[in-house]
Amino acid sequence: MSASKTETAENPQFYLEEDHHPENSTNLGFWLYLMSDCLIFAILFATYAVVGRNYAAGPSPADLFDLPLVALNTAMLLFSSITYGFAMLQMERGAKAETLFWLGVTGVFGLAFLGIELYEFSHLLHEGAGPQRSAFLSAFFTLVGTHGLHVTFGIIWLVTLMVQVSKHGLIPENRRRLMCLSMFWHFLDVIWIGVFSVVYLMGVLG
Amino acid sequence: MFSNPDILKFIFGRLSFESLPFHEPILIVTFAAVCLGGIGVVGLMTYFKLWGPFWRDWVCSVDHKKIGIMYIVLAIIMLFRGFADAIMMRVQQAIAFNGNEGYLNSHHYDQIFTAHGVIMIFFVAMPFVTGFMNYIVPLQIGARDVSFPFLNNFSFWMTTAGAIIIMISLFIGEFARTGWLAYPPLSGADYSPGVGVDYYIWGLQVAGVGTTLSGINLIATIVKMRAPGMSFMKMPIFTWTALCTNILIVASFPILTATLVLLSLDRYVGTNFFTNDLGGNPMMYVNLIWIWGHPEVYILILPVFGIFSEIVATFSGKRLFGYASMVYATCVIMILSYLVWLHHFFTMGSGASVNAFFGITTMIISIPTGAKMFNWLFTMYRGRIRYDVPMLWTVGFMVTFAIGGMTGVMLAVPPADFVLHNSLFLIAHFHNVIIGGVLFGLLAGVNYWFPKAFGFKLNQFWGKVSFWFWFVGFYFAFMPLYVLGLMGVTRRVSQFEDPSLQIWFIIAACGAGMIAIGIASFIIQIGVSVWKRDELRDETGDPWHGRTLEWSTSSPPPDYNFAFTPVVHDHDSWYDMKNRGYARPLQGFKPIHMPKNTGTGAILSGISVALAFGLIWYMWWLAALSFIAIIVVSIVHTFNYNRDYYIPADDVVAEENKRTELLARQV
Amino acid sequence: MTDKAPAHEDAHAAHHAHSHGHEASHGSLKSYTTGFILSVILTAIPFWLVMGDVFDNKAVTGALVMIFGVIQIVVHMIYFLHMNTKSEGGWTAMALIFTIVIVVIALSGSLWVMHHLNANMMVMSPEMMKNMP
Repeated sequence: MSASKTETAENPQFYLEEDHHPENSTNLGFWLYLMSDCLIFAILFATYAVVGRNYAAGPSPADLFDLPLVALNTAMLLFSSITYGFAMLQMERGAKAETLFWLGVTGVFGLAFLGIELYEFSHLLHEGAGPQRSAFLSAFFTLVGTHGLHVTFGIIWLVTLMVQVSKHGLIPENRRRLMCLSMFWHFLDVIWIGVFSVVYLMGVLG
Repeated sequence: MFSNPDILKFIFGRLSFESLPFHEPILIVTFAAVCLGGIGVVGLMTYFKLWGPFWRDWVCSVDHKKIGIMYIVLAIIMLFRGFADAIMMRVQQAIAFNGNEGYLNSHHYDQIFTAHGVIMIFFVAMPFVTGFMNYIVPLQIGARDVSFPFLNNFSFWMTTAGAIIIMISLFIGEFARTGWLAYPPLSGADYSPGVGVDYYIWGLQVAGVGTTLSGINLIATIVKMRAPGMSFMKMPIFTWTALCTNILIVASFPILTATLVLLSLDRYVGTNFFTNDLGGNPMMYVNLIWIWGHPEVYILILPVFGIFSEIVATFSGKRLFGYASMVYATCVIMILSYLVWLHHFFTMGSGASVNAFFGITTMIISIPTGAKMFNWLFTMYRGRIRYDVPMLWTVGFMVTFAIGGMTGVMLAVPPADFVLHNSLFLIAHFHNVIIGGVLFGLLAGVNYWFPKAFGFKLNQFWGKVSFWFWFVGFYFAFMPLYVLGLMGVTRRVSQFEDPSLQIWFIIAACGAGMIAIGIASFIIQIGVSVWKRDELRDETGDPWHGRTLEWSTSSPPPDYNFAFTPVVHDHDSWYDMKNRGYARPLQGFKPIHMPKNTGTGAILSGISVALAFGLIWYMWWLAALSFIAIIVVSIVHTFNYNRDYYIPADDVVAEENKRTELLARQV
Repeated sequence: MTDKAPAHEDAHAAHHAHSHGHEASHGSLKSYTTGFILSVILTAIPFWLVMGDVFDNKAVTGALVMIFGVIQIVVHMIYFLHMNTKSEGGWTAMALIFTIVIVVIALSGSLWVMHHLNANMMVMSPEMMKNMP
C-alpha cells in the first residue's frame, strides 16, 4: 500500500505556501440555525396536533377563527416576502436607497401582520378564549405566538440592518447580513403556510 | 401609594429571608467552605495581579483552544459538585435502614438526586465533550480556528451561565425535587409551586442556547474549514464522530428547548399542555422530552467512541481497523438514535404494537455499536500495544461498556422492561454505559491530549492509581445495584424497610468511596504533573507517536495553530507526513489573519443569569431590564465591524524559530 | 460577484451572472415574481375551498388543503429561499433533507405514540375528549 503511494506522489506536497482562505461559513451556519428553529416549530406543531382537539368543553376553532382576517394576514406576509425579494434585487444592483426603500416597505407589511395578529389575540382574550381556557387554546396561542415573536425579532433586526446599511453602505458584511435576514424572513413565511393550513383552515374544517 | 410589603414584593418577588437555607446545616457548612475558597481565589488573583490577564486572555478569548480548556475546567469543577451529590446519596442509602431516617430528609434527598442527574449530564458530560471537540477538531482538520469564533466564546459563557444558575439554587431557595427530567404533573405549578423547577428550566434553557450554537459552529467548521485534500473519508475518526454529534445536537436540543418552553408556560402563564385537567396531557411531555433525550445519550457517547478510536490506533501503532465501517456505524447510530425514544417509557401503556417497534429498533442500534467494539479489538490484534494510561482507560472501557451494552439490550425487551423499569437495575445500566463509556473516555482523552494542550505529559503513576480506583470502584458501586434492581428495589428512595438489602447498599457506598479516591488521585495526578512539569516536558509536540494533524504542531500549539495550512493525503495524515519525508517549513512566513477577542459573550451571559434569576424569583423588573439589556448589547455588538487583525510575520517567525530550536535539541 | 450589474441588463442575465459564485444564488425579478404569483394562487385555492364549502366531504377538503400547503412550501423553498442541490456544496439541501426526516419522525411518531397512549390509558371517545372539563 505504501509502495503504491510513493509511486503516485514522488514528491508530495504537505503544506500550502500561499494563504489559505476557507470559504465563508455564514450562509451555511445560518441555514443550520434555521433548521434548528424549524424543529422548535415542529414540536409546537406536534403538540398542536396531539392536544389541539382537546377543547375542554370550550370553544372550537370553528367558533373562534375569522378566516377573512387570516387571509388578510397571510396576504400581508406574502407581500412582505416579495418586497424583501425586491430589496435583495436592489442590493445586488448596489442601489442603496432603493434597497432601503424596499426594506422599509417590508417592515411596514411585517408590522401590519403583527398588528392584525395582535388584534385577533385581543379579540380572543376578550371573548374569554385565552391560552388558559383549554389545551387547544394553549397550543394555538403558543404556536401562533411563537411565529409572531419571530416576526417581531425579524422586524427589530430589519430596522437594525437599515441603520447599518444607511451608515456603512452595502459593504460585504451588510450584504451577508441582508442575505441571512432574507433567509429568516422567507423561512417565517414557510412556517406561516403550515400555520394557516393546519391551524386555521383544518381547524375551521373541524 | 404602596404599603411596605408591596414594595418589597415588587423588588424581591418571592425571594425572602426564609428562602435562604439556614435550617440545613450541611448547606451552611458548604456555603462557608465555598465562601472561604472563593475569598482565597479572589485574594490570590488580586495578589498576583491576575485579573487583567484573566479577563483579556481567557474571558474575552475567541481562541478555540482556550475555550476548549475552559469547557473542560468547567466540567471538572461541576464533576466535584455532582460527585458530592452522588456520595451523599450512597451514604444515605447505606444507613437509612430499620427506622433510621439517615441524615438527609426527603426534601433534601429529592433535590440531591435531581441535581446529581442534571449536573452530571448537562454540566459535566456535555461541557467535557464540547471542550474536547472545540480543542481538537480545528487542530485535526488543519484549521486556525472555528467558523464563528465569537459565537464559540458566547456559547461557552452561556453554558457557564447555566451552571451558575444551577449552583445558585444550592444557596438561594431550592432545586427541583422531580428527577432529572422533571416530568409533569409533578413538575407543574400545582405539585411543585416552589422555585426548584424554575431553576431547572432556566438553567437548562440558558445552557441550551450555548450548546445549540456551539453545535452549529462546529458543523460549519468541519464542513467548511477542512485543510485542502481532506475529503470526508480522509477526516480523522474523532472529527467524524464530532460531526455526527454536532448534527445530533443541532437536531435535538431545539426539541428540549421547545418542550421546556411548554412546561414553563404551564408554570408561568397557566396554559394546559401537561396539566391533568382542561385537556392537558402529561404523557405528551414524556414523549417529547425523550425525543430529545435519546439522541442526547448518543451526543455523549459518539465523541467518546472517537476518542477511543484515536487512542487505540495510536497506542497499537496501527491504522484503525475498518475506518470506513466506523464512519458508517457512526452515521447509522446518528439516524437510529431518533427511532428508539419510546423505550424509555415502555410501561406508560402504548400497547404491544408500539412497544414491539421500539424494542426492535433499540436492539438494532446495538449492532453498529458492536461493530465498533470489534473494530477496536481488531485494531489491537497484532498491534504493538503500549499500555500507557490512555490505553488502560480504553481497555477498561471495552470490558465495562460491553457489560453495560448487554444489560441495555435486556432492558430493550419490553416484557423484561416491565419488570426492570424504574428499578436500580436501570440505574446500574446507565451508569455502566455513562461511567464505563463516557467518563472513562473523557479521562482517557485528558491523559491523551493533555501534553498537546500544556506541553508536558501527565504523571503515569497517579494516572494508573486513578484508573484502578475508578475501575474497581465502579464495579463495587454498581454491580450491587444490578442485584438490588433484580430484587425489585426502585430508584429515588431515601429509606428502606427490609434489612436484608442493607449489605448491598454498604458495598455500593464502599465503591463510591473508591471512586472518590480515584477522583482525588486524578487531582493529585494533575498537581504532581504540574509540580514536576520539567521532567515530563514534551518538546516534540508528538509524545505518543500520533497519527493525526494535531500532533504536527508544537505543544501547546501557537495561537494560529499552523503557520502554513497543511495538505492532507490520508486519514492518518500526520503519520503519512512523517513516513513520506515531510520537512517542516522554516521560512516564507506570512502575516496571519485572526479574529479579535471580545468581552460581549461574557457580558451577555452575565445578563442572562440576571434574566433567569429575575424569572425564577418573579422579580419582573429585573427580568424585563435584563431582557432589554440582552437585545441592546447584541445590537450594539453588531455595530462593531472591526473584528479581526493580522499576526505580524515577525511574530510568526519568532514563534516558529523557537520551535525549530526545540526540535533541533531533540536529535 | 458583488460588483454592480448594469441597470438595463435583463433580469435573467443578471441572475446568470450572479449564480456562478459560491455564495447562494439570489434569484431574479422573474423568479421572485413567479414565486409570488404561484404562492398567491396556492394560498387562495385552499382558502376558497374552506370558506366556500366547495366539497361536501371534509376529508377531501382537508387532504387538498394539506397538499396545497406542501406544494406552496416547495414553491417558497425554490423561489424565495433559492434552495437547490448545489449551494454550499449541497450541504444546505442535505441539512434540509435531514431536518425533514427528523420532523417527519417527530411528528408522525408523536401522533402514533400518543394515539396509542390515549387509546390505552384514557379510555374515552374523541367526542368525550373534546368536552372533557
